[in-house]
Amino acid sequence: MTRKSRRIYILAVSFTLLAAATFLVMNALDENLSYFHSPTDLKTKEVTIGRSLRLGGLVEEGTWVKLEGGLTHRFSITDNAESVEVTYKGIMPDLFREGQGVITEGSLNEQGEFIAHEVLAKHDENYMPAEVTEALKASGEWRGEEGQTTQ
Amino acid sequence: MSVFHRFANPNRFLKLTNTVLPWVSGLTAISLLAGLYMAFFTSPADYQQGESVRIMYVHVPAAWMAMFVYSSIAFASICALIWRHPLADLAAKASAPIGAGFTFLALATGALWGKPMWGAWWVWDARLTSVLILFFLYLGHMALMNAFEDQERGNRAAAVLAIVGFINVPIIKFSVDWWNTLHQPASVMRMDGPSIDPSMLWPLLVMGVAFKLFYLVVLLIRIKSELIEAKLRKYRRALVDNA
Repeated sequence: MTRKSRRIYILAVSFTLLAAATFLVMNALDENLSYFHSPTDLKTKEVTIGRSLRLGGLVEEGTWVKLEGGLTHRFSITDNAESVEVTYKGIMPDLFREGQGVITEGSLNEQGEFIAHEVLAKHDENYMPAEVTEALKASGEWRGEEGQTTQ
Repeated sequence: MSVFHRFANPNRFLKLTNTVLPWVSGLTAISLLAGLYMAFFTSPADYQQGESVRIMYVHVPAAWMAMFVYSSIAFASICALIWRHPLADLAAKASAPIGAGFTFLALATGALWGKPMWGAWWVWDARLTSVLILFFLYLGHMALMNAFEDQERGNRAAAVLAIVGFINVPIIKFSVDWWNTLHQPASVMRMDGPSIDPSMLWPLLVMGVAFKLFYLVVLLIRIKSELIEAKLRKYRRALVDNA
């Protein structure tokens, strides 16, 4: 074996081992590497009441209500299988609307309600000019963003 | 390997660089101006993000380059370790600060976009964290190269770090698919075609080309200056020896 091919061999073997080790570590940490839990996670897994966690999903259509003059918000977060009711007191990010992806941070109370102290709007991977959505709305082809009508 | 070794000769490389450099510089200026003009003036506002979408035309190409430059360093490091290619270490050394710059730009523009859109400058999700690790890998690479008295040892250590750290590149790319993240999934490089309107995709692609050309220009200038510096050192040593 020449020195060159020995170097190739060593490099290939050590990189493969490293990749395997990384894969195993990531597999083991899978749960903890996710930034938020889905409503299904909350319903199916053991969740300690009062423990801080993040809940993410879509704001369910027709559930967003403002109380106390707009300071307190109530809405449901759904993953289209389960949904969880959320209460949040504070200012909403600009992108917050019904049908929009959001991530909230807070904890569950005894009634199974999620009390959030932070709401982040999740932007999706779709980029579209404003004029196109206007045209879609005019022709009645538009789906989504209905939440604005309830404001 | 023959093409590889033809440009291993520093003098031949310098000659080639001097002919290519003006052309690449010109192309960089043209594509960057065209890309910026399209990004700021001809592309439309987004239906959700409004005018803030324009940050994307800098953020996304910078993030692409952060990963591309790192992959180039890893490739150069493999060439340096296995074939002892004389220019490979130089290419890796010259690339690292450029890549670190692109990574910083991606992180900074991302924070500026995140505050109005998400409601947070920074979150510790898998995508943002893995890119921050990439930034630290660049810094570590730069530090390690100069950490030894003997330049050869520094190069060797930095090359090993670059190859080990390459494992992070696919993690960055797929972090948004493997785990729940706040960061959105890919819009351009995805299996079912881009989910971004052509009127926004084109400025983005032009900016992508401009950033890649910019990297090439700065890389060539940096390698050139390293080669000239090595030459100067040689002459100086010869002078001292003769005196």
